[in-house]
Amino acid sequence: MSQFEALQGNEAVATAMRQINPDVVAAYPITPQTSTVQKFADFVSDGLVDTEFVTVESEHSAMSACVGASAAGARVMTATAANGLALMWEIVYIAASNRCPIVMSLVNRALSGPINIHCDHSDVMGMRDSGWIVLFSENGQEAYDNLIQAVRIGEHADVLLPVAVCQDGFITSHGMERVEVFDDADVQAFVGQYRPQWSLLELDNPKTYGPLDFYDYYYEHKRQQVEAMENAQQVILDVTGEFNKKFNRNYGLFEPYRLEDAEVAVIAANSTAGTVKVVVDQLRDEGLKVGLLKPRLFRPFPAQELAEALSHLKAVAVMDRSISFGAMDNAGPLFLELVAALTLHGVQVPMADYVYGLGGRDILPREIERVYRDALKVAETGQVDQLVTFLSVRE
Amino acid sequence: MEQKGWKDIPIAGMILEAGNAVDYLTGGWRAFRPVRGEAECIHCFQCWLFCPDSSILVDAENEKMVGFDLDHCKGCGICASVCPVNEKVIKKAGEELAGDDARLCIRMVEEGKFKE
Repeated sequence: MSQFEALQGNEAVATAMRQINPDVVAAYPITPQTSTVQKFADFVSDGLVDTEFVTVESEHSAMSACVGASAAGARVMTATAANGLALMWEIVYIAASNRCPIVMSLVNRALSGPINIHCDHSDVMGMRDSGWIVLFSENGQEAYDNLIQAVRIGEHADVLLPVAVCQDGFITSHGMERVEVFDDADVQAFVGQYRPQWSLLELDNPKTYGPLDFYDYYYEHKRQQVEAMENAQQVILDVTGEFNKKFNRNYGLFEPYRLEDAEVAVIAANSTAGTVKVVVDQLRDEGLKVGLLKPRLFRPFPAQELAEALSHLKAVAVMDRSISFGAMDNAGPLFLELVAALTLHGVQVPMADYVYGLGGRDILPREIERVYRDALKVAETGQVDQLVTFLSVRE
Repeated sequence: MEQKGWKDIPIAGMILEAGNAVDYLTGGWRAFRPVRGEAECIHCFQCWLFCPDSSILVDAENEKMVGFDLDHCKGCGICASVCPVNEKVIKKAGEELAGDDARLCIRMVEEGKFKE
């Protein structure tokens, strides 16, 4: 029997980590992720997990320790945010290219500068080309659920890639909510035992990880990473399906909310999607045909499925919690990728981008309502007046 | 050597066969060749100990240094620099000696200038 607990998002993640009981956790504290690792350290000292907890002197070392432990054949987890992720950078790529299925809880926070500890998505958007699988979570419950699934996804023999599970810094990481915590035994049964195929600790069968790889084979190894990413989507659907059935959930590659008969939709990831749902309900009460699409899987990007899900709309507004500086119209990365996806799959819907919430700036229902009103106007005229709007920035 | 496609090689550049570096002949990288000079080798095995490419050939039974594995030696010259006999020869000469000075125990000869 599962039970409901009042948990902050970070505590929910730490609880999932306790139930997964990984072999090794190496992490360095950074706001707003700290309470995850702090709580998990309690579990370690209370003897509730068998984990070897490595306290390191930096995030670069944290990810390095994770790679070493993963190559050794351990089930490995870590947690970080923003500047911590940035300091891991070199090893973030090495984790993916060494095919280490490390699971990371990434508590999204603005990257400096100016220095800021609050939520936006500039940290995760920086790692989008690194070869990690990336999942978004609207709230602590989803962060908990996604983390449990992430273990199975990353470790699947057809994938063997690291997975980052995102949630919004402070907004959900420190927001107390009602979280359904499954039975330890059920979580253990779901994640099962990790059986690495190429463990460094298998001493009778020595092998080398991460050797020099020049122009003769490096490219082939990158091609293998592409294959793993391509396999990942089906594996994610399979693991998610099994999870849904076992734990009574309804996860997919993304979550459509009142989208089926909608004429305009907003795309918003993580916690903002929750606020958008409230606005959708209000506008629906006015008789307006509005909906939401909340991305869950960001890497690999399910372009075709997203294009299909949006194909019936008359206007789409994407909400980006980061900027791709110097990209087309300085739009956000989510918008840019969706524009490409829809164009590629022959879906012609007028689209506009709304950058919002940088550095933890609140996003209010009335602002989201304005986005919908704009989109409804676009739907009527077929004309996008402004491609990128920096929502509620003071002039 | 025929190069394999991405489907036919271990993932991540992993090397699953221990000790296969011996199949990779790095001798072709060499610009300087280690050659035995006139000074007598004392078979101290310092060169064997320090060689980063395991390219010092030894007769283990008789405890003798017998030569260089030129298929793998990259010509880094560490053997010459750690050789205590070289040190002694240089001290005795009382001057800087060229790396290929014939009086040395291990001398490094430019590949282009090497003659059997």
